[in-house]
Amino acid sequence: MYWEPDKELMDVEEREQLQLERLQSTLNRVYAHVPYYRKKFDEAGISPEDVGSLADLSRLPFTAKEDLRENYPYGMFAVPMREVVRIHASSGTTGTSTVVGYTRNDIRTWSNLVARILTAGGVTKDDVVQIAFGYGLFTGGFGLHYGAERIGASVIPASSGHTQRQIKIMVDYKTTALVATPSYALLVAETLRDAGIPMSALSLKYGLFGAEPWSDRMRKEIQDRLGIIATDNYGLSEVIGPGVSGECLEQRGLHINEDHFLVEVIDPDTLSPAPPGEIGELVITTLTKEAFPMIRYRTRDLTSILSDACPCGRTGRRMTRVTGRTDDMLIIKGVNVFPSQIEAVLFEIEGTEPHYQIVIDRKGAMDEVTVLVEVSESIFFDQMRRQKEMVELIRKRLAQELGISVEIKLVEKKTIARTDGKAVRVIDKRKL
Amino acid sequence: MLRIKNLEAGYGSLRVLRKVSMHIGPREIVTVIGANGAGKTTLLKAILGLMDSRRGEIFFGEQELQTLPTERIVSLGCSLVPEGRQIFAPMTVRENLVLGAYLLYRNRKGEGVEEDFERVYTLFPRLKERERQLAGTLSGGEQQMLAIARAFLSRPRMLLLDEPSMGLAPMMVREIFAHISRLRKEFGITILLVEQNARAALSIADRGYVLETGRVVLQGPSEDLLANRDVQRAYLGRDLNG
Repeated sequence: MYWEPDKELMDVEEREQLQLERLQSTLNRVYAHVPYYRKKFDEAGISPEDVGSLADLSRLPFTAKEDLRENYPYGMFAVPMREVVRIHASSGTTGTSTVVGYTRNDIRTWSNLVARILTAGGVTKDDVVQIAFGYGLFTGGFGLHYGAERIGASVIPASSGHTQRQIKIMVDYKTTALVATPSYALLVAETLRDAGIPMSALSLKYGLFGAEPWSDRMRKEIQDRLGIIATDNYGLSEVIGPGVSGECLEQRGLHINEDHFLVEVIDPDTLSPAPPGEIGELVITTLTKEAFPMIRYRTRDLTSILSDACPCGRTGRRMTRVTGRTDDMLIIKGVNVFPSQIEAVLFEIEGTEPHYQIVIDRKGAMDEVTVLVEVSESIFFDQMRRQKEMVELIRKRLAQELGISVEIKLVEKKTIARTDGKAVRVIDKRKL
Repeated sequence: MLRIKNLEAGYGSLRVLRKVSMHIGPREIVTVIGANGAGKTTLLKAILGLMDSRRGEIFFGEQELQTLPTERIVSLGCSLVPEGRQIFAPMTVRENLVLGAYLLYRNRKGEGVEEDFERVYTLFPRLKERERQLAGTLSGGEQQMLAIARAFLSRPRMLLLDEPSMGLAPMMVREIFAHISRLRKEFGITILLVEQNARAALSIADRGYVLETGRVVLQGPSEDLLANRDVQRAYLGRDLNG
């Protein structure tokens, strides 16, 4: 199923022409209307007229989160405020928030792009869509809401939190599609199990998850426990919010809405393009945004580009699931460690629960890492020997994977605090 | 159908178009809107090979146009309805139309010409009524119809129209634009419409490009352009301060 087949199945060459046209007009606009870009382009000795191909994009300067902060709140807007009909702010996972704006056309574009992703994830006008993303400054709630409404689905703006109530709604209102963070979906599954509510009481068919990195093992866990097909979608408020890319039911990576976003993957250290197919930092240029165009925005999200064909027939390229962020890369004992690596190892080990937390501290000059891992009750109340074996197993596997030794602490189920939004995976107590 | 990449054109040292890229799909109506001097007419002239200095790519289907002389471009099916109609005032309506059918006479010995005339007269009954009249005595709207009809007689696949609304009363503008729509609907002719009258143009176009000092600053579906405040302020004459 496609939402905009003429765009999603577009001939690649035709799309490239469209991308070039849109890139050139976006550059002409930002150069004329956003002093920040004019200055940056002038400093780099490049003018919009120097861009005659998509490859010329690489000659333009990057835009970083810091640039947005320096222009807080409205300095990056390309239209006067009276044309802005909506304001959101970044979810502020790290650092201060950044403010973004939308014109009426931007809202329409956004709704359409989210509708594409929902459609790819199985949602139709016959679905009852429960949106368990926060409604507010965060783009997740409203973004998915407008997209689902655009499709004509019955939208339940449940917002985040109140898990008991979410579950009551899910059962009573016969929700068929759940929109949430993957960690919240797990919490829902867990709560259902604890309350003794069987899967047969649910009408759920699809889950559309995003806003945080998750692994395939976690997907399997969610799918099995909720009896759904779970797809991943990706977006960020600085670029538009949800709607940048999303998986289809083939679950082979996220289809990028390339007619609206140009993507590059770079090596975050050298800033040069990553070799094709290699993991690097995702850089996005918007092609149709009116109020808040972004030129080569460094997302800090780590992914790679898939160029092979997907059986669904969509002609755009895809990105692999975001495995982490350049800024949640932890440097422990001088080694680069991503929480996602730890998660992947834990999920391979029988008896662990999909909840963990990484605590980093410094004793003297030495970093010390403790990974708290929730384990199933049977193991916890079992003999010490089994617990010890498990600790050893995890320690060994993590040492192999990360190249550093870490402490493992098994904890009882639900010891680690659950959140309604993005999970807190890392607690860094080091005073650097 | 038409694909333009990085088109640059000008007069001597004066650069008018700066890296203009655009495309028109088969059977699409696409409009280029912009103020006087934005480069709209230059764009049409560059497509038709009427500019000496031009750079960039222009493809009509698979055919590259840059290297072709104007008459070849026209015989490929690209016809211009020029600004200010450019009809031959001292000649009759019929004679003007015969000139438009020149290619048919030359290439096909006039075969099918009568049918084409009938088609034109069905489209524009007013021209049939005034067949024997001198073109110079027609009203502005009728002259515009004549100019369009004349271009239609070269059996174009794509029609380029330069400011067809110019100097016409609003009612006549609506009528002319309805005719342009019919050319696409009934004959599958692709239309590139250059206009200052953005509202009229966007009302029949599928998509549009906004040209400002030789650069495309906005492009998109007509619906989006009509909703864009810059377009509203600059080209739709809407007072947004009120």
